[in-house]
Amino acid sequence: MSGSIHEASAAPVPRHRWLRTTIRAFNANKTSWLGLVVFVIVVLLAIFAPWISPHDPLEQDVFSKLKPPFDNYYLGTDYYGRDILSRLLYGAQISLVIGIASTVVALVIGSAIGIVAGWYGGRLDIVVMQTMDMLLAFPSLILGLILVAMLGPSVTNIIIAIAVTSIPSFARIARAPTIAIKEREFIDAGRSLGFSDTRLMLRHVLPNIFPEILVMGSLWLASAIRTEASLAFVGLGVKPPIPTWGGMIREGFENILDSYWLVLAPSIAILVVVFALNILGDGLRDAIDPKLKGER
Amino acid sequence: MGAFLVKRLMFAVVTLFAVLTLVFIVVRIVPGDPALVILGDQADAQAIAALQKRLGIDRPLFEQYVSFLAGALRGDWGTSLVTGRPVLVEVMAVLPWTLELTAVSLVLGAVIGVPLGAWAAINRNRMPDYFTRILSLIGLSFPPFVSAILLLIGFALALRWFPVISSNRGTPWEWFQSIALPAVNLGLIMAAYITRVTRSAMLEVMQEDYVRTARAKGVPWRVIVWRHALRNALIPVVTIVGLYLSILIGNSVLTEIVFNRPGLGKLIIGALSQRDYMMLQGMMVIYTLIVVVVNMLTDIVYAVVDPRVKLA
Repeated sequence: MSGSIHEASAAPVPRHRWLRTTIRAFNANKTSWLGLVVFVIVVLLAIFAPWISPHDPLEQDVFSKLKPPFDNYYLGTDYYGRDILSRLLYGAQISLVIGIASTVVALVIGSAIGIVAGWYGGRLDIVVMQTMDMLLAFPSLILGLILVAMLGPSVTNIIIAIAVTSIPSFARIARAPTIAIKEREFIDAGRSLGFSDTRLMLRHVLPNIFPEILVMGSLWLASAIRTEASLAFVGLGVKPPIPTWGGMIREGFENILDSYWLVLAPSIAILVVVFALNILGDGLRDAIDPKLKGER
Repeated sequence: MGAFLVKRLMFAVVTLFAVLTLVFIVVRIVPGDPALVILGDQADAQAIAALQKRLGIDRPLFEQYVSFLAGALRGDWGTSLVTGRPVLVEVMAVLPWTLELTAVSLVLGAVIGVPLGAWAAINRNRMPDYFTRILSLIGLSFPPFVSAILLLIGFALALRWFPVISSNRGTPWEWFQSIALPAVNLGLIMAAYITRVTRSAMLEVMQEDYVRTARAKGVPWRVIVWRHALRNALIPVVTIVGLYLSILIGNSVLTEIVFNRPGLGKLIIGALSQRDYMMLQGMMVIYTLIVVVVNMLTDIVYAVVDPRVKLA
């Protein structure tokens, strides 16, 4: 056990405090629970897609192309005679994998940058944060488009591109509370006990600012899923025939004049997930930091 | 004020320089030889060498960098690899379309968002507040192309109020028809952002001492809200809206695609799909210019409007 008596006295904040804070935040704002429940359902649907899909998402029924909903196929079929419901369920996998992976990457790198910049301050802080602000000012969707186009549209590259566009936001959100916390007594106490900077940042600053970062994470996950869909819509998504929501809308858009349901189903899917994550993050943020209420 | 302007201008120049450097790097991290990518596997060595020469990528990297920077500042952004016309000419041809769309959307967003945000703030934790918050969250959740498609299905296909493809703009009515749906699409999303910023800025201002003083001395509620609170709340709103402009520009790309409207968005998507690197580089330069100039203007407006801003 590393939890020596020194460490306990150095940090008044027990480990996993953020978990309790988070649960309290959930209870303070009931709509957050709704967001969480909807999101968990979508995650489960994506995980169990292979078992609950009525058809193979790639299987083409050439005799039932562009079938309207409720006629043998619950949500109809697309131009290639593929079952839309099955494609929707499998599409959730891509959306979630890319969304979650890019958010985690951006969260880890961005928070690290923010904590280090805030901790050391001075010239390092100025240079790093100016760079972040510049990245932030550039239209993120366009940066994402260009990066994916340059790197090539694979799952990994899309994750990298979306992560790059959201790193500055995490850096900013992590930096501000770091600056406040590094002046606190328990940090001084830790210093006098000879703890290294790395240890102080990881074990004493990070747990204290984690709630803020987590809230930001849920909001950025919503944004990442939206961006992935947008990239797929302009043809920079995971390559067909792998189903993605944005890609389904792209394909359906070509038949919009006579078969509007092709775009309707994936559109609603994106909306539901993004909205659920937004009310989740928004409610949590209210509870954790009332001052930030409503800002983005 | 003079010193502030100089300082701000210097910062803008440094930013521009840094982002241009970033653009230069991004365009050159393309895996593989751009000439080979453009010409394909069938090209012979001679053709590749010729294209490399035309692109200037046979020169040392530093030389390329200097000539890129010099060119960018002179307005010489190279020629499109697809059309053979100067990038600047291509960009200028469609720029008015995008600027017009962005301007109308921004106005629409402010006209809807500011009153809605103020209304929510003065009714904090009551029905109007919950209503606007849910509404604005829905607005934030829409990927812009999804809302655009829904508008297209509803108003152009089902109701037939607007043409599906509209680039006819001779008469004012035709102009209105061509811009209405794209502007509503971008404007509503913008309104969602502006509502939230206005709301939180209003909440902050309503707690200020001068608002309490005004109440204490019996200033009518209406006057407090509109003259004392909202006016002051709008100052941070202006800055943040300036930052949101980059979101608006990003969203306009998708909107232009859905409504098949000419503009920077269609140009950049075309350049991406045809691997027109010169065009892409030029597009990034123009986006950078727009962002840097808008940010600088917002900061200056902020300083002019709010005398409390430290000009140092």
